[in-house]
Amino acid sequence: MHGYANPARFLKFARPATGWFLWIGLLLLAPGILGGLFVTPPDYLQGETVRILYIHVPAAWLGMAGWAGIAAASLAQIVWRHPLSAIAGRAVAPAGATFAAICLATGSIWGRPTWGTWWEWDGRLTSMLILFFLYLGYIALAWAERERGGDGRMAALFGLVGAINLPIIHYSVMWWRTLHQGQSISITGGSSIAPELLWPLPLTLVGFSLLFGAVVLMRMRAELAAAKFEARLRRTSTE
Amino acid sequence: MKPKHQRLTLAVLAIIAVAAAVLLAMWGLRDRAAYFFTPAEVAIGKAQQGAAIRLGGMVKKGSIRQRSDGVTIDFIVTDGSHDVPVVYRGITPDLFKEGSGVVAEGRMRGKTFVADTILAKHDERYMPPQMGNEVAEHAAVKTVQQ
Repeated sequence: MHGYANPARFLKFARPATGWFLWIGLLLLAPGILGGLFVTPPDYLQGETVRILYIHVPAAWLGMAGWAGIAAASLAQIVWRHPLSAIAGRAVAPAGATFAAICLATGSIWGRPTWGTWWEWDGRLTSMLILFFLYLGYIALAWAERERGGDGRMAALFGLVGAINLPIIHYSVMWWRTLHQGQSISITGGSSIAPELLWPLPLTLVGFSLLFGAVVLMRMRAELAAAKFEARLRRTSTE
Repeated sequence: MKPKHQRLTLAVLAIIAVAAAVLLAMWGLRDRAAYFFTPAEVAIGKAQQGAAIRLGGMVKKGSIRQRSDGVTIDFIVTDGSHDVPVVYRGITPDLFKEGSGVVAEGRMRGKTFVADTILAKHDERYMPPQMGNEVAEHAAVKTVQQ
């Protein structure tokens, strides 16, 4: 881990990885999205509405995985003062917020025909909305801190404490009776989605995740480049 | 102890403390944050008369009756052991069917639940149409049990 504390070494990995992530991600997304939209059969109850699943589930996963990434970066910042961690946190936040918003929007669009409502304040929906607001708070805090020349410690604290929302989102459907259905797929116990309907989901899950990774790497590289540029500018102006 | 280790210990302790506090709070919220009452809870009088609540369960097979005015329906919400009769005037969502999950918003009036809104509850099963009809019945029972 400490090897990548060095920006030069990080860039050595990030430069080629960005392209790989991006292209493999798009390559997986193409059959996943097309298959989910045109090939799979409709659901026995929901009909065609079920197809929103192939976007909604990856969006929910990345919204949560994004904050898990922020939390990891925050821990690295607080404990090891890792020089890249604040940059990583700022790189992840807008991407995670976008996917959280996509998750909320697609869920709402699905909920209207299926449940009969755009929005209900049940445990799952509410905790996911809170995650979206946490992202907005983190973005505001992290950017304000950078502008004042801080090292990202405040944002890191916020990122760490905000992570407590992740288990709440995950377990909300088990702890409380919710309108949102329980989880369909578990790592240990198989899936209650029929295989004919399931197959595009892993493709879009991995595809969107790789796309997410590519965006984060691009944003980190951009910020490192900007910092380098500023430093050089400062040096030349003082000479 | 090196400062790095000190910070790590502090951070881990703080995380454990915050997590424990929040999980305790969530545990305390268990009943209050429940999105709906079950027929069993209504039967033991947990739902106050006249207070706005939600009632969740399964629409009992063969219980939907349309009144002569054409817009009012009567049906029974069940959890397998207890039944609550519901009356509702309005349009129901597409997924509102006998034998599937439902959440009704409204009030208890005597023994009857007067609903203002009907929401369909979908379970976590997804399958193609031909498969669905065979297992739908089983799925609906499972939804209620959760």
